[in-house]
Amino acid sequence: MAKRTLAEKLSILSDAAKYDASCASSGGDRRDARDGKGLGSSGGSGICHAYAPDGRCISLLKILMTNFCIYDCAYCINRASSRVERARFSVEEVVNLTVEFYRRNYIEGLFLSSGIIRSPDDTMADMVRIARTLREQERFRGYIHLKTIPAASQELLDEAGRWADRLSINVEMPTERSLSEYAPEKSASGIRKAMADVRLRREASREGPSHRGKRPARFAPAGQSTQVIVGADASSDRTILTQSSTLYASYGLSRVYYSAFSPIPDPAKALPLKPPPLVREHRLYQADWLLRFYGFGVEEIGGASGMLDLEVDPKTAWALEHRERFPVDVNRASREELLRVPGFGTKTVGRLLSARRRGLVRYEHLKAMGAVMKKAQPFISAGGWSPRGLLDDARLRARFAPQPEQMALF
Amino acid sequence: MREVVLPVVNTVAAWRREARALAAAGVPPEAVLWSVGQGTRDLFADGAGGPDGTGALPRTPEYFRQEEGGGGIRVSKTALDTIESALCHSDPERFARGYRLVLRLSRGAVAWGDRSDADMLTVLRHAKAVGRDIHKMHAFVRFREVPTEGARRAFAAWFEPEHPCVERGTPFFARRFGDMDWVIATPGVTARFEAGRLRFEETRAEMRPPEDATEELWRTYYASIFNPARVMVKAMCAEMPKKYWKNLPEAELIPDLVRGAEARVRGMAETAPAETAAPRVDKVRARTAALLAEAAPEDALGHLRRDLSACARCGICARATAPVPGEGPAGAPLMIVGEQPGDHEDLAGRPFVGPAGAVFDEAARAAGLDRGAAYITNAVKGFKYAPRGKRRIHQRPDAGEVTRCRWWLDLERDLVRPRLILAMGSTALASLTGSGQGILSRRGRAETLADGTPVLPAVHPAYLLRLPDRAQAAAERARFEADVARAVALARAAA
Repeated sequence: MAKRTLAEKLSILSDAAKYDASCASSGGDRRDARDGKGLGSSGGSGICHAYAPDGRCISLLKILMTNFCIYDCAYCINRASSRVERARFSVEEVVNLTVEFYRRNYIEGLFLSSGIIRSPDDTMADMVRIARTLREQERFRGYIHLKTIPAASQELLDEAGRWADRLSINVEMPTERSLSEYAPEKSASGIRKAMADVRLRREASREGPSHRGKRPARFAPAGQSTQVIVGADASSDRTILTQSSTLYASYGLSRVYYSAFSPIPDPAKALPLKPPPLVREHRLYQADWLLRFYGFGVEEIGGASGMLDLEVDPKTAWALEHRERFPVDVNRASREELLRVPGFGTKTVGRLLSARRRGLVRYEHLKAMGAVMKKAQPFISAGGWSPRGLLDDARLRARFAPQPEQMALF
Repeated sequence: MREVVLPVVNTVAAWRREARALAAAGVPPEAVLWSVGQGTRDLFADGAGGPDGTGALPRTPEYFRQEEGGGGIRVSKTALDTIESALCHSDPERFARGYRLVLRLSRGAVAWGDRSDADMLTVLRHAKAVGRDIHKMHAFVRFREVPTEGARRAFAAWFEPEHPCVERGTPFFARRFGDMDWVIATPGVTARFEAGRLRFEETRAEMRPPEDATEELWRTYYASIFNPARVMVKAMCAEMPKKYWKNLPEAELIPDLVRGAEARVRGMAETAPAETAAPRVDKVRARTAALLAEAAPEDALGHLRRDLSACARCGICARATAPVPGEGPAGAPLMIVGEQPGDHEDLAGRPFVGPAGAVFDEAARAAGLDRGAAYITNAVKGFKYAPRGKRRIHQRPDAGEVTRCRWWLDLERDLVRPRLILAMGSTALASLTGSGQGILSRRGRAETLADGTPVLPAVHPAYLLRLPDRAQAAAERARFEADVARAVALARAAA
């Protein structure tokens, strides 16, 4: 094989990395380079430096160290049996690309993942070396996200958490059974144990209260996240969300990413031919938010089939099914009730509650508070507004669902 | 009518000074005409710069506070900061509105944050728009390396923000790129960061630095990270509006990427799954399997632990991290059985290492028990819980689950053959004796199992942690410690 140029390697190894949805660069340690002795800052809200035409943000240099892999996971473009082109970066190449991209303000930092070469420990050791070189030699203070390999040794995990802001391990599949079917070399309990390890290490590393009274974790200060592939197996949305709520509760994850299974070049036979609709991924994220910030339980989301309504967002779908709980009086209702009103976000509810202390909230005030009135209208009563018969209208759903397209008359 | 002409550089600080003076003089808002001067900076030569008069502007909170107290204006820090942010908007009315609002706020005529007030709403919206514009500047400035004779590397960028927000937006770059020199030039104001010092000046002409070599690598990355199977141009344009494209090196690729996407996806769909996998894959698979194979367990308890890890007799362990096996040597004289692992035990994969474990350890120490010499396990090996946000709420295992998990407890008893079993809590007692009823009256008195092994019932240490009454908690703890001590003594005596 002819020696590949840096550009060729970059092309192959970023192409191979694009199926990881995470690009978060927020949270964690506050660092900067005001002292003039290093490069980079992090810890505020993340910055998306560009957007690709697939609508996804580009915040980090997201690459694989190598796409050679001894595992054979059916859904993955880099599985051992795939005939994709292979390449491998050296430690210096990754470090230089990161630093030069960062200096030009293209990125917030590095998201490094890798195929598994030789052994889990060998691979993890190389990834850790890249992170260490960036921190120690280049005095890089930007964001580093390392994908950890569940089967790697404890010492390597320790070091990974010391250099990286975030660690992640993908659960890949919604159920243990699908995982063993699609990824014979991976173990669901091995992945869970690795997440448990990260949580324990984070808790152990919290020393001394910060000025806000919270004790920051020194180990992987921006937490851990995971990703699950949607639509490669037959799992329902409720199965997927049940797994997420379990993961959030068990391992203190910052995020669960949902990645709609996407066609790949040279696909494996085990995969379905058709990808799921992208809107399913979107609905899962909306439902995930309802679970985390709006007080919904998994059992409340999705219909009898356990699938989310693709036409209507999950909160509106819930409200349409529970019309007896509406209209909600914006001047009297509790925070919990307000959070369940379609078109009201957490910020709107916060503003609403503080405005109530100043006097009667009228219908026309709500829009200025950030409410989406087209959605909220039928579900609320406010000063100067009552939905009257709107709520019981059989055609209420049609207000929210996309209009059926009329065939062209010809 | 008063006319106030603010300088192009340092506009906000000048407005603050003017507003304070006007307020002190009692000038009503409708009597002032505000504008930003074009080449009239010399009018303000006395104070056009920062505190040292050089034009350097350290935007630190101290600087605000120094200036605040003097005039007839009293507004909160948040309010002042938000108003000053709104002053970086391009709306020509912003200075008049800001002055009007600070006067009304000082008089208490309007409450901060009241969105039913028109001025307030506009200021909040403008501040938000400016915040967004600054955020986009942080995102979309593209530096190019330029030659320099100095020791520090030098970079330059040309950027066109929607609002005149350079002074407010560039300190971010000073914090981030502290070890290099850089220039961000925009149509109104240019920010220069040299040798660690940030200053601003009026831009004389458009200055686009020449392209550098890394830009081509960046374009390679941009094209490769794009997934043609999910084209969402609208989503991209919502976050990266076209008005920024002309200064983004990667944007020139967008039309071709979008145009070619469909054909690429069609190509993938037409590639049938390969019948022949990559060469040598069977060899790789076999080697991987050998690499990942775990070493065979050394003893019977090791076998039990391995088999337990694959247990699916009930649904508990599928949602827990993994079954938590017992800990201790075969032949241990004392076996201690608890209810089920808790949050900590589940994460660590070891029994009794959480808060209840600490209570037990204390009792064990008091009784002179070496924990490593006893066998410690649970009646149910998996952690049963209900997820609540970021926490797991302990749930009691039901009778069916206890019965199904007894399989493992019986195997452990068989292998360890203890002389005495300490059953902590009613679940453990139920699993061992068939009934967990009346533990408070049964504790402390040994019972005998069908195979002749004596069992000493005690409360579960977690029970002690839940007692709200301090006197009762202390009494119960003493009682628990006495029971542990008795179990240790009985196990010793039987040896």
